[in-house]
Amino acid sequence: MSEPRKTPLYDLHVELGGKMVDFAGWMMPVNYGAGVAAEHKQCREKAALFDVSHMGQVELRGRRVKQQMETLVPSSITTLPIGKARYTFFTNPQGGIMDDLIVSNGGDYLFAVVNASMRDQDIAHMRSLDLEVTEMDDALIAIQGPMAETIVAEYAPVVKTLKFMETTITSMGGTLCRISRLGYTGEDGFEISIPVDHVERITRAFLQHPDLEPAGLGARDSLRLEAGLCLYGNDIDNDTSPVEANLVWAMQKARREGGGFPGAERIQRELAQGPSRRLVGIKPEGRAPARRGVEVADKDGNIIGAVTSGGFGPTYGGPVSMGYVAAEFSDPGTPVDLIIRGKARPASIIKLPFVAQNYKR
Amino acid sequence: MTVYYTEEHEWLDVDGETATLGITKHAAEALGEVVFVELQDVGETFDKDDEIGVVESVKAASELYAPLALEITESNTALEDEPAMVNEDPEGNAWFYKVKIADVAELEGLMDEAAYKAHTA
Repeated sequence: MSEPRKTPLYDLHVELGGKMVDFAGWMMPVNYGAGVAAEHKQCREKAALFDVSHMGQVELRGRRVKQQMETLVPSSITTLPIGKARYTFFTNPQGGIMDDLIVSNGGDYLFAVVNASMRDQDIAHMRSLDLEVTEMDDALIAIQGPMAETIVAEYAPVVKTLKFMETTITSMGGTLCRISRLGYTGEDGFEISIPVDHVERITRAFLQHPDLEPAGLGARDSLRLEAGLCLYGNDIDNDTSPVEANLVWAMQKARREGGGFPGAERIQRELAQGPSRRLVGIKPEGRAPARRGVEVADKDGNIIGAVTSGGFGPTYGGPVSMGYVAAEFSDPGTPVDLIIRGKARPASIIKLPFVAQNYKR
Repeated sequence: MTVYYTEEHEWLDVDGETATLGITKHAAEALGEVVFVELQDVGETFDKDDEIGVVESVKAASELYAPLALEITESNTALEDEPAMVNEDPEGNAWFYKVKIADVAELEGLMDEAAYKAHTA
């Protein structure tokens, strides 16, 4: 393994007291002095700033770029309006998920944001197309929470006109930035691509706002888990299909029916017949968190699945888990047991999310 | 009374054949915000290195081990209701157990304060 990389905000994280860890080959703050729970609540109640520069940002250009992209993903890209962003995923020939990503229509090009852990794979995958694939070196920050619009609008008033999953390029702090109204916390908020030479100055300016505090990867994970959002590598991977993962909403009807993407055979079969397992929310009845790997059993003691993400939800005020269970046990309200440290502990299947999403639609 | 420490970052405040047991400030800080504590029942006996409880933080789960053979005579069940106490006062109010030591000779294998400080430095 090579040395972990540093984002342009590395020195600022250290200065702010960030506890730095190697995450997917990047030195990132897991939390700052306030701690995971306080940073989590800050985001739900006011606003939090996350450095997500480790994610891959890519521009795709070329002849029939949108049609070409549709050969890799099961979502509609050709019908995506200019200035709109869409959640989608690369599928493999077996109908599993290679990675999830956000694709935006920039007009005559597409802008994609992919996971840090998968960026090399994804960029090579997109380069299999007859397109010009440019990896951007911009920093990426996320400002998330109910106060996000007020804070960002001080520097970029245009954001007041953006709705959830809309994106624009605007002048901010003396440079051009891409601002998209989306995120990974379940809250309203923005992800902002900023040229490397400007990002520290602009981030420091944002952090002057009394309602904005920095938050690390720990809070990012507990926020997305409460919001029922999948983490690639945990809740979705090369074996799980979008149907099993309850991501059918991200595959528009024309694509679901028309196919023409890798793994269409399995995905269409599961759509028609139902999948054998489903990703569900699992709420432990007691206080013990059920983390990744904990087995799920039916009330007769038969193993019916496993937790893929789990921990403590600071806003929910208790343990929260997600995982796969056999389809016949996936209805909300179904009682199950979680096998934690050898002991069966009662839990029930719930409809995700644990904490309602708060998007500005 | 003498306070002993373990490599698992537990403290043991010994008074004759009885002791109070908890996790150190160093351990509490490393764990982060504690959200769940599970204790064993009063009257149970354990051998050295047996698991005698669980402490979970927002970040991770961590087991508590018996630093020597012991019997639990009292457990601080307040921790199960208010796990955050472990962060607030780990070496005071947030003790885990009062125990009866099976064999005081086993104390010789533990660290004193100076040794523990060196261990965590």
